[in-house]
Amino acid sequence: MSWLVENYDRLLVALWEHIQLVGVGLAISLALGLPLGVVAARRPGFAVFILLVSGALYTVPALAIFALLIPYLGLGFWPAIVALVAYALLIIIRNVSTGLRQVSPDILDAAQGMGYGPMRRLFAIELPLAMPVIVAGIRITVVTQVSVATVAAFINAGGLGDIIFQGITQDFGEKVVIGAVATSALAVACDEALRRIEMRLRAAQADAL
Amino acid sequence: MLQWIADNPRIFTVALQNHLWISAAALAAVLAIALPLGLALTRRRALAGAAIGIVNVLRTVPSLALLVIMLPVLGTGFLPSVVALTLYGLPALLLNTYTGLTEVDRDIVDAARGQGFSDRQVMTRIEIPLALPVVFAGVRTAAVQIVSAATLAAFIGGGGLGELITSGMANFNFPQLVAGALAVALLALAVELAFAALEWVMTRSTGLRD
Repeated sequence: MSWLVENYDRLLVALWEHIQLVGVGLAISLALGLPLGVVAARRPGFAVFILLVSGALYTVPALAIFALLIPYLGLGFWPAIVALVAYALLIIIRNVSTGLRQVSPDILDAAQGMGYGPMRRLFAIELPLAMPVIVAGIRITVVTQVSVATVAAFINAGGLGDIIFQGITQDFGEKVVIGAVATSALAVACDEALRRIEMRLRAAQADAL
Repeated sequence: MLQWIADNPRIFTVALQNHLWISAAALAAVLAIALPLGLALTRRRALAGAAIGIVNVLRTVPSLALLVIMLPVLGTGFLPSVVALTLYGLPALLLNTYTGLTEVDRDIVDAARGQGFSDRQVMTRIEIPLALPVVFAGVRTAAVQIVSAATLAAFIGGGGLGELITSGMANFNFPQLVAGALAVALLALAVELAFAALEWVMTRSTGLRD
């Protein structure tokens, strides 16, 4: 553990870089994915298209995506963000549209009867009711992004993967393990935190109904 | 991509063979562990909760972390890659085997017992056939995850198509890098489609759809 004691600051920098990759990737994915998810819920054809593309893209290994982006985008933070958004966008769109389509037609009729317009109905009724499913999508997205962001160190995007790759090139096992444990801990912590939020939302909804 | 493969057929086939070998060995190990373990857990519900908790944590661990975390203990090469990929594919199949078996309708099992089926017969003629579609979906997920993550085995000396990417990057050999990346992307998609087709044929032939 001597490396960790002497270099904890470098681990913290790598962790911060990792969180930035996931945070920026998630923010962009949500900004694009939420409106597209609403469109997918209204148009089943678009939803099928999204599911097909998401299935195919999700299968492609992260290292291959990063490698294929190099000739077009080069190396660094932003090319990594493009790959992170590509993985995340489709999960978010899928879950937003599933969540919206699960809202009971009776509730929608009642809202219409009370004079809600389409926009007000969307923001005051549909999105809040779809929130547990949307948060479930965010949870899958974040766990995937923490994993993909580790490999992003391969294209010089920094993050905890950097510690792992440095350890491998320097043949320094302790550093490799510390990098791997830190990444795993980050993934497990994010998963658990979002799982709790999801459970709380579901419980609150069960109480309200 | 095709030009590079045509110029270096030997390097490419060795990488592809390695990739398929590592993936096949890991998938075989996953089947050998997850199927009996999933079945055993349905008989010991007390253990099942703990086992599923562990597997859910394992499922969250990033693929690269899982591949390198045992580096100081297991070293590099074929075997450590297979061990790591086995752990990576295990959760999908174990969870589906357990869920598939527990979701078998209790009424059907009771009816079979009423007709004088032994425990063994209930298992082999009722529970396993009825759980098969869900179990097979788990095999498909595990297979695709393993083939995909096997790309990262290149980082611990396991070879495979990922090596074309890493050495292409190290030597600024971009045709090789792109050839490796496209090949592994196509391989992952081919495995996904092949298993989807197999699943479709199986569920149709056994008449277990719905």
